[in-house]
Amino acid sequence: MIALAYWVETIFRSLGGLAAVLLPAGPIVYIFLFKMMSFMQSRLGPTEAGPAGTLQLIAEVGKWIQKEDIFPRKADRLVFAAAPFVVLASSFLLVLVVPFGPDAWFVNLDTGIYFALAVSSVSVIGILMAGWASASKYSMLGGLRAAGQLIAYELPLVLAVMGVVIQAGTLNMQDIVLAQAEGEIFGFGGIGNPFILTQFLGFVIFMIAMQAELTQPPFDMPVAESELVTGYMTEYSGIRFLLFFIGEFATAGIFGMIASALFLGGWWVPGLDPDSNLFNILGPGIMMAKVMGVMFLVFWFRFTYPRFREDQLQQLAWKVLIPLSLVNIVITGILKVAF
Amino acid sequence: MTATSESEQLRYIDQQAADARVNVEIETEGMTLNLGPQHPATHGTLRIIAKLDGEQVVAAEPVMGYMHRGYEKLAEVRTFPQVTTLINRIDWTGSFANETPFILAAEKLMEVEAPPRAQYIRTILHEMSRIANVMLGIGDMGVQVGAVTPVFFAFRDREYVLNQIEAVTGGRFHPNFDRIGGLKDDLPAGWIQNTKNAMEKVEDFCDQIETLMYGNELFQARTRGIGIIPKDIGLAYGLSGVNIRASGVDWDVRRDAMPHGLVYDQVDWKVYTHPDGDCYSRMWVRLQEVREGAKIVTQLLNQIPSGPIMAKVPRIIKVPAGEAFVETENPLGVMGYYVISKGDLNPYRVKIRSASFNNVSITPWLLKGVYVPDIIAILGSLYFILGDIDR
Repeated sequence: MIALAYWVETIFRSLGGLAAVLLPAGPIVYIFLFKMMSFMQSRLGPTEAGPAGTLQLIAEVGKWIQKEDIFPRKADRLVFAAAPFVVLASSFLLVLVVPFGPDAWFVNLDTGIYFALAVSSVSVIGILMAGWASASKYSMLGGLRAAGQLIAYELPLVLAVMGVVIQAGTLNMQDIVLAQAEGEIFGFGGIGNPFILTQFLGFVIFMIAMQAELTQPPFDMPVAESELVTGYMTEYSGIRFLLFFIGEFATAGIFGMIASALFLGGWWVPGLDPDSNLFNILGPGIMMAKVMGVMFLVFWFRFTYPRFREDQLQQLAWKVLIPLSLVNIVITGILKVAF
Repeated sequence: MTATSESEQLRYIDQQAADARVNVEIETEGMTLNLGPQHPATHGTLRIIAKLDGEQVVAAEPVMGYMHRGYEKLAEVRTFPQVTTLINRIDWTGSFANETPFILAAEKLMEVEAPPRAQYIRTILHEMSRIANVMLGIGDMGVQVGAVTPVFFAFRDREYVLNQIEAVTGGRFHPNFDRIGGLKDDLPAGWIQNTKNAMEKVEDFCDQIETLMYGNELFQARTRGIGIIPKDIGLAYGLSGVNIRASGVDWDVRRDAMPHGLVYDQVDWKVYTHPDGDCYSRMWVRLQEVREGAKIVTQLLNQIPSGPIMAKVPRIIKVPAGEAFVETENPLGVMGYYVISKGDLNPYRVKIRSASFNNVSITPWLLKGVYVPDIIAILGSLYFILGDIDR
């Protein structure tokens, strides 16, 4: 590793963070939202813009930028204008602690996963701001639903991660990845210990809670397009709507990164020495592949299921997921002490 | 079933009164939500004024008439054959079925009868428009509860049916094909076999939807026990078609009061009912209707007789003075035309009884006390077409 001046390193890490938030969002939207959705619904999806419609997203972004940025007459202008930025800020804060290689990290916090789960709730504030400031009934209902949902699903998310933390013995994301690389499953260390194998229940709960945190169907009550038009985003247009859109899919990508760091071994693949410098270069690519795998699951459910009703959604969180994740913590704790 | 639901409603009103007292003390007020006339869920211009307490509906009222086109009055200044062009557009997803009862009423007044082949083709097209209509309704229900995929399957497979309707009538949506005394044209070559293939596609679609949508736990959670219509309430509001059969009323005009001129008695089919009366049972009965429709069409295609397709009618049609009411089982429910003729070229008065008007009229009763998401599920399961409400 070449030693860099602190300020050079900081600039590199900042630029890397920007790329890590924005770059995965494009492929995720194109591959899953445009193409996979179309094929599952016996359509073709975009075909005209660029080869196989790959540039469609750029066309869409261009369209949104050109559109008028409309403020409703009764809107609370300052709050209305700031809301999308708050949502996007949450995505940027979230990516900080994700490791992409042995040395390719932005901030190596000892309380990494704790920080990530804490800042992921910042988006609730943005969504509530949008819902309130729009001065629209649909937005208000959507904002309140979103707040209720995100707070309810924050708990199973945290509790599902607890199992991983107990097994890894650390909150540091980098160390969690290393714990998977160097771990062994009941004495068998050939493939390390990706926590998806030993924490499968935790992984399932994490995925469900993540789906809800991202407000993807079947948990899209806050934006339920057949009843609330688009929920808290109803009154937004132009570039601010685009920011919400980027925020939604960038957050999806980052949650995918966190899921793959926690459960799939992050930047590491079995058979290679985790200390090798190779991972600083390959890491982001490996991470991206794993993110795509996680996103495939997310979007598969998205296109297959109808949406939960608000009360059913809360019931699932409080009556099923939270007890299950508590059970998971107890079992993990007992096994950790026993072995 | 009635007693419980009425007592439930009473209890609900009590709760509301108690809540209202609390609300006066802490000064929270309800919210009035205007669903529509421009709203994605009403697929048209129905407006529902819902008074909400949080997410719960305290009172709901449908406002109709945004699409009133005055077809009953317009029919009075058109000759009898011209009226079919208008009434085609009442329920635009199953248009041929709109023409049938009017033509049958006119035939009844003129005392002519379409030749057997025309009667068979008429029945086939009537059933095919039911299939096309109900398939779309099933897919649409998916969208209402948040699953986008089924509607694309519905659009894809409905096209097979619409292609066949187009092949014989020349129009996908507005065939305008029925004539007093028969049909405009005979079937094109190869149509019978192609239609049989299309019906197989329809049955495939039913299997697919049954596993993708109806078997889905979330779909069931969203629809089972929601929007229950008891038998007598349904009858009191004049519901018809699938909406009343799903409440356990075994009544189908095709079987029980078939008007002269359709040949449903020549084939083997079944009327499905469901005891529950909730959203799920309505959608379940709809799916079975599509299956039965495909069965009816295939059987009729196998035994279609040869012969002329037009009876002897004068070139300029003057309908003798008299009154006739003919109703048929249309995709959305019972549709009837009350036609009065004074012996002129034009009908003196036409009254259209369309199913959706009654089906939507139950909403104030049905939506009381449900949650906002359930409004959408209930409206989707009642399945109305705006043109059929407003005429």
